[in-house]
Amino acid sequence: MTLIQLTPLDLALSAILVLALALLSLRLSLGIERRLLIATLRTVIQLSLLGLVLKFLFVQSHPLLIALLALFMLFVAGYEVMARQQRHFLGIWGMGIGTLSMFISSFTVTLLALTIVIQAEPWYSVQYLIPLLGMLLGNTMSGIAIALDNLTHNAWQQRREIEAQLMLGHYWDQAIRDIRRSALRSGLIPIINAMAAAGVVSLPGMMTGQILAGAPPLEASKYQILIMLLIAAGTGFGAMAAVWIGSKRLFDERDRLRLDRLSPVKAGA
Amino acid sequence: MGSLTLKQFHSPLLEPFDLRLNAGECTTLSGPSGSGKSRLLRALADLDPHQGEAWLDNREMTTLSGPEWRHQVGLLPAESAWWKERVGDHFQQLDKALLASLDLPAESMQWEISRLSSGERQRLSLIRLLSNKPQVLLLDEPTANLDAANIKKVEHLIGQWRRTHNTAVLWVTHDPDQQLRVGDHIWRIDTGRLQVHE
Repeated sequence: MTLIQLTPLDLALSAILVLALALLSLRLSLGIERRLLIATLRTVIQLSLLGLVLKFLFVQSHPLLIALLALFMLFVAGYEVMARQQRHFLGIWGMGIGTLSMFISSFTVTLLALTIVIQAEPWYSVQYLIPLLGMLLGNTMSGIAIALDNLTHNAWQQRREIEAQLMLGHYWDQAIRDIRRSALRSGLIPIINAMAAAGVVSLPGMMTGQILAGAPPLEASKYQILIMLLIAAGTGFGAMAAVWIGSKRLFDERDRLRLDRLSPVKAGA
Repeated sequence: MGSLTLKQFHSPLLEPFDLRLNAGECTTLSGPSGSGKSRLLRALADLDPHQGEAWLDNREMTTLSGPEWRHQVGLLPAESAWWKERVGDHFQQLDKALLASLDLPAESMQWEISRLSSGERQRLSLIRLLSNKPQVLLLDEPTANLDAANIKKVEHLIGQWRRTHNTAVLWVTHDPDQQLRVGDHIWRIDTGRLQVHE
């Protein structure tokens, strides 16, 4: 089996569908056509650029360049986590919490997978590292963004209940316990649902890609299983780190609730 | 014992001041709404960052952790908050005599929060606070939602409590008659200054 190459015309045809959707959104005044078109444009530009960068790195696989690309992906993901919060933490914590948690979880899990499970040679080989890291970062990013948003949103909504507990002499971790638990749960539910539906309802993206590219279906399944498990672990550990750091940051050294450390709510977020 | 001594205490909207709440005595605090009464109480309970010194007897605030301080300097907010389903889930220990003194049955511990009246919430939140046995009581309009009979009971309970436990009380109220009934001292906030009337 060989890969059927896509022509620009093929892509243009699919773009027409999105344009039609944007037009319909305009007719129904849903107000999302602008965001839809910008996101479409971003997808086209970003993925084309990534293709070019990877093509270059396949030839010129210098570890430093690969590390640079990995760090770039990490910081963009950190920014995205912050941008998806209705109320994000102010200062360096806004990007810092997400970036650090993703670094801890995604990078460690990718490293483990490359050195112990896949045993690619060398372990930083672009063909394995970047796709693995990308998928882990992407999923961990969603999980952490949802968990942190849930945490700050509920802390804001339930500030009176939190402070009532502080007034009775409770410690911060006691006063935030239920909120923290619900934040963690919300961050983990998407990947749990994805694992439950995988193969029965949905054909996961990577497996689809490998099959389209001509890989034997069983090999594709094995890779998909590996990836799903890594994503579940990465998302879980990442969300735990983020929620723990975030909930601690909501209180100061005197166990006072410090909602002034959150940004005002963003319009349209 | 339980006296609260303030030195150059700086609360939002107020000029710094030196004052003292004596053990076993009740001081009422009044002033126009928005003048900073509730924020003063929050600063005294160390719920908001502030400047100046506060001493509980001979211990400075910073020698205790925040939760330890708040356990001793108990704040009753104007509106109580509840975070579990039933009343009893909010109590670590309960003095049954307190329930009786405010005409609440022992079954009230099984009541669902969503079905409480505002008066019940207010009385139960006072009992919840007193069960902690704080040494200083900061009360933000503790009788605002109560009828005349219950106002009398709450006033009686707090008066008796502070004398038997030697607790200092700071009581925010707008009612001039109540000021005279419950307080040994009267403080007023007037244009950003805390003034002492005897």
